[in-house]
Amino acid sequence: MNMIAEMLSYPFLVRALTGGILISLCGALLGVSLVLRRYSMIGDGLSHVSFGALSIAVAAGWAPLGVSVPVVVVAAFFLLRITENGKMKSDAAIAMISASSLAAGIVATSLTTGMTTDVGSYMFGSILAMSLGDVKLCAGLSAVVLVLFVFCYDRIFAVTFDENFARATGVNVSAYNGVIAVLTAVTIVLGMRMMGAMMISSLVIFPALTSMRIFKSFRSVVWSSGVVAVVCFCIGMAASYKFSTPAGASVVLANLGAFLVFGAAEKIRDLSGLNRF
Amino acid sequence: MSALITCSHVDFGYENHDAVVDLTMEVNEGDYLCVVGANGAGKSTLVKGLLGLLAPTGGSLVVAETLKRTGIGYLPQQTAAQKDFPATVREVVLSGALSRRGRRFFYSGEEKEMAEKAMERLGITDLARRCFRELSGGQQQRALIARALCAAGKLLILDEPVTGLDPQAVQEFYGFIRRLNREEKVAIVMVSHDVANMVGQADKILHLQQKVLFYGTAGEYKKTRAGREFLGGGEA
Repeated sequence: MNMIAEMLSYPFLVRALTGGILISLCGALLGVSLVLRRYSMIGDGLSHVSFGALSIAVAAGWAPLGVSVPVVVVAAFFLLRITENGKMKSDAAIAMISASSLAAGIVATSLTTGMTTDVGSYMFGSILAMSLGDVKLCAGLSAVVLVLFVFCYDRIFAVTFDENFARATGVNVSAYNGVIAVLTAVTIVLGMRMMGAMMISSLVIFPALTSMRIFKSFRSVVWSSGVVAVVCFCIGMAASYKFSTPAGASVVLANLGAFLVFGAAEKIRDLSGLNRF
Repeated sequence: MSALITCSHVDFGYENHDAVVDLTMEVNEGDYLCVVGANGAGKSTLVKGLLGLLAPTGGSLVVAETLKRTGIGYLPQQTAAQKDFPATVREVVLSGALSRRGRRFFYSGEEKEMAEKAMERLGITDLARRCFRELSGGQQQRALIARALCAAGKLLILDEPVTGLDPQAVQEFYGFIRRLNREEKVAIVMVSHDVANMVGQADKILHLQQKVLFYGTAGEYKKTRAGREFLGGGEA
C-alpha cells in the first residue's frame, strides 16, 4: 500500500500508469480480433515500422507522432492487404518490412545524432516517455476503441469468426478491417516509446492468448483480455518500481506469468474433467 | 414454383481471366442443385457470384425480390482459424441474424428467439453453451447451418460442406440437408467434390468446367458422357 502511494506521488509515474493502462486495454481488445484471425505478426511488424518512422522523424527534427502515426497507419493497411491477397507469403513480407524499417531507423539515427541512448530507449522502452499530451491521446484512443467494441461488438464477432460469411450477409468487412488496422497502428505508436519497439506487440498478443486458455466464449475472452491486460500492466509497473527493472520488460514478464498461470489452470481443469466455464 | 435466382448467359471473371463463361441456369424454390466440377472449374467463383459478392462480367443475373440482401444463407468452406475459435455455439448461430438487424446496435428478442429455433431444428440446442472448437466436425457443420438458417430460410448455398467430415458424419449431414429440403422447402445449392454421393442426393446437377458441361436432372447426368467419366473413372 505504501509503495503504491509512493509511486503515485511521482507525476511521471502517474502519467505512465494512466497512459499504459489505457494502451494495454486498447491493445488487448484489438488483439482478440487480430490474434484469432492469425494476424498476430502484424502487431510486431508495425512496431518495427513505428521504430523506423520515429527515429527518422527525430533525426530530421520533425514531430515524432505527426510522422509516425500516418506512416504506421499506411503500413497497417499494406500488411492487411498482403495478408488478404496472399500472393506474397505474409510472414515473409512482415519479416522483411520489420528488418528494413529497423535498419532505416538505425541508419538515420547514426547519420545524425549518432547511436545515443535514444535508440536504446525506443528499442526497450522508457518509463519517462509518456507526456501529458500522450496521455490525452491514449484517452481519446481508448474512448474510440471502447465505443467500437460496445456498439459494433456483434459485427466484430462476425468479421473475426468468418469474414466470408460476414461479407455475404452484408457486413462491410473491409471497413472493419480498416478501422481495426488504424486503431492498432495508433495503439502501437503511442505505446511503443514506453514499452519499447521490441516488446509492444506483446500487449496485443498476450492477453488474447492467455484468455483463450480458459474461456470458451468470445464475450468472455474479450472481457478477460481487457482485465488481464490491465492487471498485468499494473503488476509489471509495480515490479519495475520495486526492483528498478525496465518497465516494458517487466510488463511482458507479468503477461508471460499470467499466460503460464492460465495455461496451468487449463491443464488442471482438463485433468479433473471440469468443463464448465 | 418461382425462380429464386435466374442466370442467363452469365460470365464471371477476374481482371485477366474468365472463371465461368456463358452460364444459363435457375434455382427455383425447393430445388436441390449440386454444382460439381474439377478444381479450378469456377465453382467457388459461381458461389461468390450467386451471393452477390462478385458482379457478373456479362449476361444477366436476376435475384428474386424475396431473396434480396438478407435472403441467402451461406455455409462457407471452414477456415483454419475457426478450428480453435473460442465462441459458444449460441454466439455463432446468433451471428447469422446480423443481416436482419440493419443499423440497430444490438440483437432484439425476436432475433435471439430465431437463433434458438434454428438450433432446435438442427438438434443442437443442448450444445448451445458448448465451445465451437470442442465440437466434432459434424456438430460444427450443424452449428454453421443453423447460423445460415438464421440469415435466410429460403435458400442455402453450401461450399464444399463435407470436406474433412468422417464418413458417418457425411451421411448424417446429407440426411439433414435432405430433410431441410424436403420438409421445410429450403432450396439448396451445394458445391461438392463428392459426385458419387451427390447424384443420389440432389435433384439437379450442374457440371462446370468453366463452361457448362451438363445441366439437368441427376438421373440424366448418370447417362451422359461427362457424368460417366466423372463418376466412373473413364471407362466411357
